[in-house]
Amino acid sequence: MKTTTLDTDILILGGGAAGCYAALTLREKAPDANVLILEKADIRRSGCLAAGVNALNAYIVPGKTPDFYVDYAKKDAHGIVREDLLLSMSERLNEVTHRLEQLGLVILKDENGNYVTRGNRNVKINGENIKPLLAQAVRECENVTVMNRVNAVDYIVENGRIAGVFANDVREEKIYFIRCRACICATGGAAGLYRPNNPGFSRHKMWYPPFNTGAGYAMGIRAGAEMTTFEMRFIALRCKDTIAPTGTLAQGVGAKQVNAHGEIYEQKYGLTTSQRVYGTVMENREGRGPCYLRTKGITPEQADSLKKAYLNMAPSQTLKWLENGSSPDEENVEIEGTEPYIVGGHTASGYWVDSDRMTTIDGLFAAGDVAGGSPQKYVTGALAEGEIAAEAAAAYVQRPLGSVSEAYMQQRTEEVQKYFENTGLFTTEQLEEAMQGIMDHYAGGISTDYGFTESGLELADQKIQRLIQLSDSVHVSDMQELTRLFELRERLLVCRVVIAHLADRKETRWHCFAENLDHPQSDDSWLKYVNSRYENGEIHMLHRELVGRHERYEHSN
Amino acid sequence: MSIQIDRNKCIGCRRCADICPGTLFCMKDSRACMRYPEECWGCVSCVKECPVHAISLYLGADIGGMGSRMTVRRTGSLLHWTVARPDSTTETITVDTRDANKY
Ligand SMILES: Cc1cc2nc3c(=O)[nH]c(=O)nc-3n(C[C@H](O)[C@H](O)[C@H](O)COP(=O)(O)OP(=O)(O)OC[C@H]3O[C@@H](n4cnc5c(N)ncnc54)[C@H](O)[C@@H]3O)c2cc1C
Ligand code: SF4
Ligand code: SF4
Repeated sequence: MKTTTLDTDILILGGGAAGCYAALTLREKAPDANVLILEKADIRRSGCLAAGVNALNAYIVPGKTPDFYVDYAKKDAHGIVREDLLLSMSERLNEVTHRLEQLGLVILKDENGNYVTRGNRNVKINGENIKPLLAQAVRECENVTVMNRVNAVDYIVENGRIAGVFANDVREEKIYFIRCRACICATGGAAGLYRPNNPGFSRHKMWYPPFNTGAGYAMGIRAGAEMTTFEMRFIALRCKDTIAPTGTLAQGVGAKQVNAHGEIYEQKYGLTTSQRVYGTVMENREGRGPCYLRTKGITPEQADSLKKAYLNMAPSQTLKWLENGSSPDEENVEIEGTEPYIVGGHTASGYWVDSDRMTTIDGLFAAGDVAGGSPQKYVTGALAEGEIAAEAAAAYVQRPLGSVSEAYMQQRTEEVQKYFENTGLFTTEQLEEAMQGIMDHYAGGISTDYGFTESGLELADQKIQRLIQLSDSVHVSDMQELTRLFELRERLLVCRVVIAHLADRKETRWHCFAENLDHPQSDDSWLKYVNSRYENGEIHMLHRELVGRHERYEHSN
Repeated sequence: MSIQIDRNKCIGCRRCADICPGTLFCMKDSRACMRYPEECWGCVSCVKECPVHAISLYLGADIGGMGSRMTVRRTGSLLHWTVARPDSTTETITVDTRDANKY
């Protein structure tokens, strides 16, 4: 095993939307600082944006204000948001949109040169190449180095301060110890915790990227960083089978949710994101499924435009139409709820951060889907957070470099070596399947219509802990296998925190997202944040009062 | 969900392996192969990247696939997406990357 030690001023983990934009910001705000991006894939097509996106879902349209956006996100999250974070993000949405256009993103404009909006919050784009455009801009930054196929595994923390990161090469037999002055975590959310919609051959045909495995969450948890709102899982309403996004149908051509009898059911349950999923679950449960988005009756031209729009974002949906010789103007699009994800860009799970996006570890910042408190970020919100975090991190470049001890390096090297020498019976794949089964069955997966009980959660935690033990003895034969084992281990730890959070919030604030069958009602004494900290193998829960929109939040205890 | 590689067309350039967000490829005898077919996300990055169009996307039978394959070619700003069905019929949709989505 080759061991490499590196130093950088600012280390960015994950070259996705937030990570790339943080790097672009540092080119301006800290032009003399060395910036290093570690990316487990290749920044040209990694993370959520790999296939492209459909629209910019977060934009302040003419006549609306950032406060309007905060109000919307707060309502959709049934009150559990950090309004301070939402506001500072919303204030930057339009500026980052203009920057995207400068980078080459095609944005639809009217004859007066104004962006054409979709509904109250979106602008229309061609998002197929959004990721290559961001990556190209990063490549042009002289002070930024990108290391592709390097997987961040753990923080190195010294007296409560970030000192560096331990990482492995995904393909070559190399491990890295990287010292830094500050670090921005932007590794995205976590998919693959629960049994997916199609657990067989197409198990990775999920909405959230299966390669975002919750590394940043797990690293923070292990390092004792405070985490927030993991109980607010995200469950998406998606096209059946292809799990392709539905926004372009619902907001684009105004398709309503209908049941098997053709009745529009969405008003019955409410229009927040969780209520839309719940409505679909209930219609199915009460025998009125399957459910659809009613596209029948749109014009053939609209149908052709939809097929093109899906090619720019989720080509498998267009493949499905063409393969079947069907078309959305002739056939409604069947929908289903996905397995739960942990995604701080759609819901509010993630690092507990201050107003500058610093975590409770000094010098460690979080942005995008990995950062908590601020749902409905989408692409532009992730970029805005990358910018805010980078501006704050820029102030840390004068700090001394962290240090990494020889003993630590030796211990990690031996640990990696051990996985190659292990002779355990079980494979990563088997344990992953077991984890997803446990989460599905006992912690509110698809098979229980997302509902869970406290006794079920207790069992889930015991079983997940057993899998963690078993994962110690998994054998790996190369670096790809090692990476997959690390991914499994981070997922298992994230599962434990999800379980602890689900058990702690004794109400059902969000149907489906946290369907607590022991406490089926919403209870406003729970209008507070459920946070946690991991210490010596135990998850400690704590509650915090809601932070106001105009407050500046700093970590104090 | 997965992709299929036509090993007769493959020239072993590794571009697919270098782009895949899941690091799912391996190289065997200087040709690309799919190491983890069940782990493909269907993002088509590899399909777009392959210079000789050796890679196609298909839907697994478990999600309703019926054996059609999708490939994409680029000419200038145009992306030509072609679906080839098992009965040898094909259908192509061309998207101009300079055009925004209407919806
Ligand atoms: C299918 C899909 C469609 C979407 N469509 C839209 C849309 O139309 N409009 C919209 O506004 N928003 C859309 N979104 C949301 C938007 O894409 C995300 O909110 C945004 O990309 C999140 O940015 P991020 O930087 O947090 O995560 P990502 O962009 O996913 O970046 C995370 C990065 O971290 C890397 N990484 C992960 N773990 C490690 C590790 N251990 N070491 C090193 N690197 C690591 C990943 O490879 C990835 O590059 C969509 C999301 C998805 C999944
Ligand atoms: S479609 Fe995407 S995930 Fe699947 S093999 Fe190609 S690049 Fe990898
Ligand atoms: S990109 Fe195409 S030609 Fe190049 S290695 Fe992959 S399959 Fe072969």
